Amino acid sequence: MKSSSRPLLKVSGLRKAFGDHVVLARIDLSVPRGTIVSVLGRSGAGKSVFLKCLAGLIVPDAGQILLDGRSSGTSGGQRTPSGPRASFLFQGNALLDSLTAFENVALPLAQTTSLSPDEIVSRAEGALDRLGLGAFGRHYPSQLSGGMQKRVALARALVTEPEIVLFDEPTAGLDPLSRNAVFELIVRLRQDLGFTAVIVTHDVVEALEASDRVALLDQGHIRFEGDPESFMASRDPMVSDLRDSAGALARHVAGITGVTPLAGRFLT
Amino acid sequence: MILEDIGHEALSFVGGVGDLALFGIRVLGSIPATRGLFRRALRAVHEVGIRCLPVVAIVGLFTGIVLGLEGYHTLARLGSESVLGSLVLLSLVRELGPVLAALMIIGQSGSALAAELGIQRNSEQIDALGTMGINALGFLAAPRLIASIFVYPILTLAFNASGIIGGAISGCLVMGLDPGVYRTSAEGALGSGDLAECLVKSAVFGVLTVAICMHQGYTAHLRVGVSGARSVSLSTTRAVVLACVTVLAADALITSAFL
Ligand SMILES: Nc1ncnc2c1ncn2[C@@H]1O[C@H](COP(=O)(O)OP(=O)(O)O)[C@@H](O)[C@H]1O
Ligand SMILES: [Mg+2]
Repeated sequence: MKSSSRPLLKVSGLRKAFGDHVVLARIDLSVPRGTIVSVLGRSGAGKSVFLKCLAGLIVPDAGQILLDGRSSGTSGGQRTPSGPRASFLFQGNALLDSLTAFENVALPLAQTTSLSPDEIVSRAEGALDRLGLGAFGRHYPSQLSGGMQKRVALARALVTEPEIVLFDEPTAGLDPLSRNAVFELIVRLRQDLGFTAVIVTHDVVEALEASDRVALLDQGHIRFEGDPESFMASRDPMVSDLRDSAGALARHVAGITGVTPLAGRFLT
Repeated sequence: MILEDIGHEALSFVGGVGDLALFGIRVLGSIPATRGLFRRALRAVHEVGIRCLPVVAIVGLFTGIVLGLEGYHTLARLGSESVLGSLVLLSLVRELGPVLAALMIIGQSGSALAAELGIQRNSEQIDALGTMGINALGFLAAPRLIASIFVYPILTLAFNASGIIGGAISGCLVMGLDPGVYRTSAEGALGSGDLAECLVKSAVFGVLTVAICMHQGYTAHLRVGVSGARSVSLSTTRAVVLACVTVLAADALITSAFL
């Protein structure tokens, strides 16, 4: 009963408050299969809370989250085996620090699939290789740089060949070159592996460059939702503020590194 | 005012016991679906054993030395130094071994366990396991709980062994008791019930204290009013204090059941 027109992820009326503090008032969002949707918002806007609701790590107060038409049967972060395979890339990576990079990547395969040990090794090594970490499998997370840890976390998120990946600020805290590398990696891997993605970010340039649709989260609501072209054309004051600051930043970064700004497509 | 405080304490104690029991049940419930449990439990036995053996052996030795000295002086007044071996061995096996070994393991390993889980909670490693479809309790807690059933008795036996040697050092080397007499007296001392009591006690202490330490670390994020490093340090302190008190309380209960 798979309908291609049905969005893979559909969120309606999502609400979450912590005490009196309403973080998400009423969120509606559709993510069609095969697309990348970026959710923009200032820090503290509730982007991580939103993503954790999608992953089942936070139980929302109200609203519905449909994954492939089914209510996402998650509780306390425990994924039910029946739903579509989902992965979560944490803002802080959340690698297990007592396991090596290789063991981290192999872990979801070893614990949740019935693959043979040889197959697990070859897949985990393949995932590390693809992210340029082939030589670092035996390193512990603490022995790796921030950018490398992020790539290990990416390898772990993608090794199970998920249908949908939730990225929480995949490039936050990285130096500009690692940022570009990680982001280009996500875009390239999406082409190779064909997953659907929700990317939460406060970086407008990345959101415009990488995604098919952009949503702006503000004050608990989705304030804007559309493709990058309509984001560039929008007259919403907050959207144009973001656009302006991104333009300035992109020129600034380009001036420093000599790298063509990512959003050159839109910001000329 | 004081009554109110006591009432609050009592209520939170009952609530805490309930939370702990629920935690224990969830850990047990996670066992069937967990892969590689046996291997991970074996590794935990090895890790805790190696980490605690030196301190347990040293404390056992000193305990034995003090028992030998005090025991010799008391027995000499009654003219019965010849039973020093029995006194030292029985004190160790029935009481001091299980209790002191458990307290040392809590200090050496239980505190680390609480801190480790607290940090894993804070850095979202536990959430990450959940999003990968892995039961975090099965993966992190179940192996340790199973290991505790074996590792506490093993270390308690090591404590007793080095305590016996300590008793010989002070009784024979220092006080001049004949080693043969010490040995004969020790050999005839143990009834089968004594060793059973020792092993039951240490296994029960193990399960209880490991569950308490893991529960404190695992729920570090639920502490009201604190977060981050502070919540880990509070969880660790609380784990050690609760576990130590529990050992002594459980000791009283089990001893009265065996007598
Ligand atoms: N577990 C929690 N308890 C209480 N408040 C929370 C919790 N998690 C997040 N918040 C609050 O929700 C708001 C949004 O946080 P977050 O989603 O992390 O923002 P961001 O958009 O930067 O990712 C913040 O004001 C934060 O204080
Ligand atoms: Mg965030």
